[in-house]
Amino acid sequence: MKIFLARRLAQSLLVLLGVSFIVFFILYLTGDPALVLLPPDSSAEDVEKFRQAMGFNDPFIVQYGRFFVGALHGNFGQSVRHGEPAFGLVVERMPATFQLAGAALLVALCLAIPAGIVSAVRRNTILDYVSTVVALLGQSMPTFWLGIMLILVFSVQFNLLPSSGRGSFEHLILPAITLGLFTTARITRLTRSGMLEVLSQDYIRTARAKGVSDSPVVWKHALKNAAIPIVTIVGIELGTLLGGSVITETIFAWPGVGRLSVQAIYNRDYPVVQAAVFLLSSTFVLVNLAVDVVYTYLDPRIRLQ
Amino acid sequence: MSVPISARTLDLAAARSPARREWTVFARRLARRRTALFGLAVVMIVIVAALGAPWLAPYDPIEQDITNRLRPPGALDAAGRSHLFGTDHLGRDLLARMIYGARPALMVGFAAVAISGLLGMGVGLVSGYFGGRIDDVFMRLADIQLAFPFILLAIAVIGVLGPSLPVIIVVIGVSSWVVYARVVRGAVLSLREREFVQAAHALGSRDGRVLVHHIMPNAFTPWLVVATLDMARVIVIESALSFLGLGVQPPTPTWGGMLADGRVYISTAWWLATFPGLAILVTVLGINLFGDGLRDTLDPRLKL
Repeated sequence: MKIFLARRLAQSLLVLLGVSFIVFFILYLTGDPALVLLPPDSSAEDVEKFRQAMGFNDPFIVQYGRFFVGALHGNFGQSVRHGEPAFGLVVERMPATFQLAGAALLVALCLAIPAGIVSAVRRNTILDYVSTVVALLGQSMPTFWLGIMLILVFSVQFNLLPSSGRGSFEHLILPAITLGLFTTARITRLTRSGMLEVLSQDYIRTARAKGVSDSPVVWKHALKNAAIPIVTIVGIELGTLLGGSVITETIFAWPGVGRLSVQAIYNRDYPVVQAAVFLLSSTFVLVNLAVDVVYTYLDPRIRLQ
Repeated sequence: MSVPISARTLDLAAARSPARREWTVFARRLARRRTALFGLAVVMIVIVAALGAPWLAPYDPIEQDITNRLRPPGALDAAGRSHLFGTDHLGRDLLARMIYGARPALMVGFAAVAISGLLGMGVGLVSGYFGGRIDDVFMRLADIQLAFPFILLAIAVIGVLGPSLPVIIVVIGVSSWVVYARVVRGAVLSLREREFVQAAHALGSRDGRVLVHHIMPNAFTPWLVVATLDMARVIVIESALSFLGLGVQPPTPTWGGMLADGRVYISTAWWLATFPGLAILVTVLGINLFGDGLRDTLDPRLKL
């Protein structure tokens, strides 16, 4: 057990090291970070001065080392646009993004798990077909279109819910549904296929044969065993949700990290972009580490692998 | 077995291309799945629209006509011409733009899937076949790749390099190899131990030959299923990038770009944002239906 956790922790640190390198490398894609950071009309003299000041003439590995040590201290440089530390700007907006992602995940779990179970238990009935079709549509629908359509119906037509900003509970509803739909569809399909597989196992037949009634079989015997892939996918889907927040936050003017980073890209404010990518990726890595720890408890077999 | 020699030679002659015969069987089984056929039909229509856009589109997709801006669907314009899906804020015919919009979507879809598919196939083959250190390195790289919120990384890189068709294709292609690699690797791990592979080794085949001639053809079906379903994802990403203004640039019509325009006019002209989104939805749904059918026919145990 300890060995398993230690190995997982080492892997996560390795992944974070790789992430930091790629985040660092974003600025070097054009070959010259000074050109990326400065406005396009800067004079050659300005560029040279800036390069000296930022240490861009040092060897590549030295620059990466400096970036990495800085990143560990939460120092990604100053935001070009806001004149504040980029790290602080991103951290300030993290709670909004977490709130949105958490709400979306909650929507997804509350809809998907019952829908998936009903689909599997009442296989090939009208309920199953409806849930399957809705899941398929949900998986094929672009987030940004869904968001705009929800605004069209609930904000423009019926004036029921606010279309932008953050504050009250009402503000959270449309963005959470928008962001959560794809995940809902994924988890519905996964729950359905997982439950179908478990329900055909011998131990379920045994339970039924010894007279256990329908609902304990489904909830106690089957769902527990179908839960492991669901827990895994929740960790992975969190990455989808954090990434998807880029688009959802833009549509609903939600003041989170995603919207901040899109604006930062438009403004060529790359220190902020780097800080945002690094922090969101780190969050994802940490959550998946936590998920792994959780399901070693759910499924002891995993510890032995 | 005491099969007469003549019968055995006959058998060999009939089995000259067992691979082709297998695919005919698959095609027949696939044809029995109505939803998969429906998906295929939708995909074919979109491909025809993209290829035949100059002949199919009722009007020029780029030509502006300010006097006829924001005509609702079905309305006649001042010159008495009809616009089935209406006109946009610059008086351009929405249907024509939607037909042309299939082009960047499919181009990015096919090209990016080709890049990531080839990369993933290569990594999966090498990783699964040789195992050990190489496998460790590739799988850690996969973890790193998956740790990034995909769309955020893509827009950061495209923001630096500048949006253009080749940049978009390469960025999506290079960062989408992981699913392919994992699925191919999984297939190779079990194929590696099979008798026909051991037989090939015993006959003196080198690793490269075994990989290309014996293992790759057998790892192809799961790869194909992944490629089909991934195409749907790539098309959504292409339109998301266009929506954010980081896709193929105007005046080239893109579904995402049209949606972004339509968003501004959401309270006055609902059709601007509605129809391009439906185009994306229908295309992606078609691909997903076809891909699901393909998976259920070729490799039902594949979990995607």
